[in-house]
Amino acid sequence: MFRDLFQKKKKYATIPSQRWGNETESGEEPQERPKREIPEGLMNKCSKCGTIHYSKELEKNLKVCPNCGYHMRLNAIDRIMMTVDDGQFTEMDARMESKDPLKFPGYASKLEQQKMNSGLRDAVITGEGLIDGQPAVLAVMSFDFFSGSMGSVVGEKITRAIEHADARQIPMIIFSTSGGARMQESILSLMQMAKTSAALARFQENGGLYVSVITDPTMGGVSASFAMLGDVNIAEPGALFGFAGRIVIEQTIRQKLPENFQTAEFNMEHGQLDMVIHRKEMKSTLSQLLDFHSGKGGF
Amino acid sequence: MAGEMPFEMPLVEMRKKIDELKQFGQEKGIDFNDEITRLEERYRQMESEIYSQISPAQKMHLARHQQRPTSLDLISIVFSDFMELHGDRMYGDDLAIVGGIAKLDGHPVTIIGHQRGKDTKDNIARFFGSPHPEGFRKSMRLMKQAEKFGRPIITFIDTKGAYPGNTAEERGQSEAIARNLWEMAKLRVPVVCVVIGEGGSGGALALGVGNRVLMLENAIYSAISPNGAASILWKDASKADQAAEAMKITAEDLLRMEVVEDIVPEPKGGAHKDYEATGEAIKKHLLVHLRELSRMNAAELIEDRYQKFRKIGEFTEQAMSTLPASRSEVNIEDQPQEELQSDVEPILGNEEEMKAKSSRSKRHS
Repeated sequence: MFRDLFQKKKKYATIPSQRWGNETESGEEPQERPKREIPEGLMNKCSKCGTIHYSKELEKNLKVCPNCGYHMRLNAIDRIMMTVDDGQFTEMDARMESKDPLKFPGYASKLEQQKMNSGLRDAVITGEGLIDGQPAVLAVMSFDFFSGSMGSVVGEKITRAIEHADARQIPMIIFSTSGGARMQESILSLMQMAKTSAALARFQENGGLYVSVITDPTMGGVSASFAMLGDVNIAEPGALFGFAGRIVIEQTIRQKLPENFQTAEFNMEHGQLDMVIHRKEMKSTLSQLLDFHSGKGGF
Repeated sequence: MAGEMPFEMPLVEMRKKIDELKQFGQEKGIDFNDEITRLEERYRQMESEIYSQISPAQKMHLARHQQRPTSLDLISIVFSDFMELHGDRMYGDDLAIVGGIAKLDGHPVTIIGHQRGKDTKDNIARFFGSPHPEGFRKSMRLMKQAEKFGRPIITFIDTKGAYPGNTAEERGQSEAIARNLWEMAKLRVPVVCVVIGEGGSGGALALGVGNRVLMLENAIYSAISPNGAASILWKDASKADQAAEAMKITAEDLLRMEVVEDIVPEPKGGAHKDYEATGEAIKKHLLVHLRELSRMNAAELIEDRYQKFRKIGEFTEQAMSTLPASRSEVNIEDQPQEELQSDVEPILGNEEEMKAKSSRSKRHS
């Protein structure tokens, strides 16, 4: 059924290409062309199985592909809305931005471009919210800003969020997604791993509950710091996470890697996770965990 | 002397000329002393010129020098009575990290370091100094042991990075590194780290959460190797020298950024020219820092270490840019969901960007 739909669209799309030819002569941007055919945002293609779905249908399905079950990447705002009670979220440090500390060639302009594209100031949103009426501090990363890479801003905002949770004595939840270190901030980026991990050590030693939710993809410096330090580690189905990515490994040591390498299921099998949870059940799972840890102990 | 770097070649040639002239004079019985003195003077001038302006890229090559002293080379000079301990008690013994107990100036300490191989065979056994999870877990075991017995911990950092491979990932490379960062932050004893060669990425930092972090003069330290950065940024790994300049990887840069506290000087031309002098310099600097730290109690040490890393990072809270939608400024509590969603709508990018963002919300377009 989906296949038919796909082919039909494809045929249809060939006709206007001539129209586009005319437009080019009249000075239109050629890149605009493919997007003009289908009303903007009406359809969405699954990047895993290639099937096309109505965006509305996908939204209803929490952006999980109805065909293959792929959990599509979410913008931090969408994720927060899915997780907290009806907009019950107060953002922290909303005005924080990177300063291009190393004056790295091209970084400043790339940052501007990323801000315009994602509508975010950096790759994480932090704040306090309610989940089924239970307060928690949330840090939610967004892959659509600079591949979710961690620089000074991500490190500082997450550290402040953890310190806030520690002061308020409420649980901390981090939704991770990241390509790794923000290499334009080189050593400062690396040090954010130590900074966030130290803040978690302090918070967790003080009895705080930290739940790490790993989403697709979570690699490198984020994977090797706060993402793997949860009292409970959860991943979404199919989410890729690990330290060195497939391409790096294949290029450096030319090792043959299993098909499901670094997926949530692979990591579950190897004992790195407590559970793999479908997006539909994420909020109720988090809620249950918060509830387990809300009591004072004793009967 | 052996193992000269390309930038040292003028010195090598000059030295050759002087030696030839000396020999010629002896053979023919001619007195060239004035000429030789003049040349020696010129040599010293050139030497200080060349060594005072080593570029970041040249330092990168010095830090990776084949004959640069390894952790074990330096341990035997800095410490006495080193007793190596092995194994993580979980899976294996990773030879890419060595560790054990030794004495520094008569006091027992725990010493842990990345260990590169000295030749091909050694390198294969030691995975070129790139640890697996069991290496990091061995180091953690030794650190906890040191904590139990109140011994200060000294680490030597010298790795291109954690080992990238299937087996390492299966056994939880990320967790092993993360756990080291987490545990090191809580250690109740003084921790001093010295970057002796190349400090590459998380694999280096896993031994790097110290009260003091020192760097040898020509060592480098970065989030990703300059080669890796060049291949990602410019799709060309051969531009590593260029990346090295941009990435601020030298000891001087890191001292300025307050990532390291102290630079340990190397002999002229680099640590490989004189192991003994390098080791003695490290020892001198270690003692200064350990004496300072030994005046702190456990709580103060933990707080000192926390603050060292807490302050690293540069950012502004001024909101320099105006976003396409100003959602970031609003407190989004109690705002209707629809309105919030519409604010994060992306402006149209090119096709490639759209593809990358295929999962983004499009509902309001």
